[in-house]
Amino acid sequence: MDVLEIARWQFGIITVYHFLFVPLTIGLSAVIAGLETAWVRTGKEDYLRLTKFFGRLFLINFAIGVVTGIVQEFQFGMNWSDYSRFVGDVFGAPLAIEGLLAFFLESTFLGLWIFGWDKLPRGLHAATMWLVHLGTLASAYFILAANSWMQNPVGYRFNPDTNRAELVDFWAVMFNKVQLVTFPHVILAAYMTAGAFLLGVGAYLYMKKKHEADRPLYHRAIRIGAAITLLAGIGVVITGDLQGKVMTEVQPMKMAAAEGLYETSNGCAPFSLLTIGTPDGQEEKFSVTVPCLLSFLGTGSVDGTVEGINPLREEYVELYGQDPTAKAYTEGDYTPVIPITYWSFRFMMGLGFFAAGGAALILWLTRRGRTPGVKWLGALGLSLPIAVTLASSWGWIFTEMGRQPWVVFGLMTTESGVSPGVSTFEAATSLVVLTALYAVLAVVEIQLLVTYVKKGADPFEEPPRVPFGGADDDAPLTFAY
Amino acid sequence: MELTTVWFALIAVLWIGYFCLEGFDFGVGMLLPVLAKDETERRVMINTVGPVWDGNEVWVLVAGGATFAAFPEWYATLFSGFYLPLLLILVALIVRNLAFEYRHKRDDDRWRGRWDLALIIGSAVPALLWGVAFANIVAGVPIDADKEFTGTLFTLLNPFGLLGGLVTLSLFATHGAMFVALKTDGDIRHRARDLAVRIGTVAALLAVVFLVWTQLKTGTALTAVVFAAAALALVTGLAAAHVGREGWAFVGTFVTIGLAVAGLFLALFPDVMPSTTDPAFSLNTTNAAATAYTLKVMTWVAVIFTPVVLGYQAWTYWIFRKRIAVHHIPVVAPTASSTAP
Repeated sequence: MDVLEIARWQFGIITVYHFLFVPLTIGLSAVIAGLETAWVRTGKEDYLRLTKFFGRLFLINFAIGVVTGIVQEFQFGMNWSDYSRFVGDVFGAPLAIEGLLAFFLESTFLGLWIFGWDKLPRGLHAATMWLVHLGTLASAYFILAANSWMQNPVGYRFNPDTNRAELVDFWAVMFNKVQLVTFPHVILAAYMTAGAFLLGVGAYLYMKKKHEADRPLYHRAIRIGAAITLLAGIGVVITGDLQGKVMTEVQPMKMAAAEGLYETSNGCAPFSLLTIGTPDGQEEKFSVTVPCLLSFLGTGSVDGTVEGINPLREEYVELYGQDPTAKAYTEGDYTPVIPITYWSFRFMMGLGFFAAGGAALILWLTRRGRTPGVKWLGALGLSLPIAVTLASSWGWIFTEMGRQPWVVFGLMTTESGVSPGVSTFEAATSLVVLTALYAVLAVVEIQLLVTYVKKGADPFEEPPRVPFGGADDDAPLTFAY
Repeated sequence: MELTTVWFALIAVLWIGYFCLEGFDFGVGMLLPVLAKDETERRVMINTVGPVWDGNEVWVLVAGGATFAAFPEWYATLFSGFYLPLLLILVALIVRNLAFEYRHKRDDDRWRGRWDLALIIGSAVPALLWGVAFANIVAGVPIDADKEFTGTLFTLLNPFGLLGGLVTLSLFATHGAMFVALKTDGDIRHRARDLAVRIGTVAALLAVVFLVWTQLKTGTALTAVVFAAAALALVTGLAAAHVGREGWAFVGTFVTIGLAVAGLFLALFPDVMPSTTDPAFSLNTTNAAATAYTLKVMTWVAVIFTPVVLGYQAWTYWIFRKRIAVHHIPVVAPTASSTAP
């Protein structure tokens, strides 16, 4: 493998891994803030017990999300220095702003939330978790604005003197049309993840004999979680549909690659649910399709035209394949790897629909305080957060692989972004060390989550009522590391 | 003042903030096996930085992001050039951060022992390597006409670089001991104070040699004044610790680190990464900078939000201002505790 391949594998592994934890952090911070607020307002013990129980799981998850995020910021410069030189003027600003506006907010107020039970009045304590959530939203907004710019570069001009992309309109980058549909899609998927997590953990504990006394508590968790999963799931579908239309407009190749549509379809393009045979389009042996659905997804009309891979490839060769010195030039093909885009798109949707369907089923089974007698409730429940998380992973694999061969669509190829000065040894060391470390951390994290899930929620204990600024100076800390 | 100069100064401020703040939590981590006599004292030490270490660390992320935005060429050359040291720092920060969060999650001595090791090594390695990196940045490294670093890991491990590393390592250890003395009570408080004076004396000797060497290499009249002030602050801090004035002692090491880093940036200016291959290849605040428009946008963001951030970070320190002693540590490990999240 050369540095380019190693760097691409590292980016893929490191980023997908990071994003296993991020959606849960974003979504669960809101859920916990909501639960704690409900406790402050109603005084119902269950809400505080759930706040603390899920808060503990949240912290285990948050820690890994943070540390894997540090690698993200460093690896642009380490492995992708030519990319950084070329786009830094545009791409660096959202990253810097993310740090200043989001990371400080998250880390500072999370510290206050963890250690502040005996220092802050109740309302203020709940507010710190809302601020953590605000931080996660800000973080997501700026990093997605940066990513959306890579999908649909706007608000810049190419300066031939400096040979780089330069920012001319900051607001165009912030309100990129891709960003405006991507941000809600990702955030709603995060809420869906958190809802499914609440539902899954709740259902698992609900089925355990050991926790029988707490069945009403977990019933509540199941209901709240299922409702969030279903509502957010509907939102994910709506925003995903909007994304499809924007994508058809600004990245038609990605839409064609999602479907494996080789020739342009002038109206009523079918959507393939399953194709057996060769998904590279050479030969189709068996397929199940929904008539006209692709046209509808891409254009909003059943007889809209959807461009095919082959004509787009010719168009791109014409447009970008003329000047070998340009950063958008590649000697290779201008099409992404079709089997990956085709299947990742289907895995994303399939897993997402499965989770939403599972949540709807459980919501129905538990309606009006009913206690479902089915044995598989725990297993189904636990499968839902896993399904949503994997759906997010496949969604990102689709988004990023569908943009290839470019790192910035139509402007710079991935191969021209890699660090020229980094040796194969350095890049390989980094890939091996980080992958091995992440594997160990995955084991540690999963063991911890399992231990703390099995333990279940602690009995209710009234937190100290404290005046602003702290309680008894000599009392033991309510929470200590 | 030009915006490029403003951003050079702002990035210096971010690094100063990072080293002044994370410096003491690095120190607390490193000194864990030296200062704490038993498990409860280890927990006292860890809890002095518990609520704040994460916020301290964000300073380096913002410094990195700001460098990317304001000086993309600097970011690209530095991060791709200092590849292996940065990888080591990343690994160290990862295991150290998880040590804070995961150490108390199991009531098991082996489990805690491993995370203690992660915390100690994970604090010492970046404390050393940041010094090596900054000494090399100031002294200059081989950079070619394409702004690419052409050296290897061993280029960075020169006597000046290594001395720089030892200075940050010993200064952060001193700073950490001062912080423990300031934030704890009881026996450990006095041991921390004594230890701070002892390590601080070594740090002072190393720092004086390093700063004089830097001054001879690239210094100006202004850097001479700043370095002298840094040395004076350290001596004052150590004297304050000796007579039991922990607050002033901590201020002393805080100011020392701040002034020393400020002096290094002043010695660097207007270059950001001088080239030893040919001065014409040096990266400076002009040829490494982003466009005026980007800098203007960033300046607005910084002007509006930096005071807010400083405000709530300061507020956090105020909320957690009280000293922690052995009797504050809950007897049951939080694993079994019913009230802890």
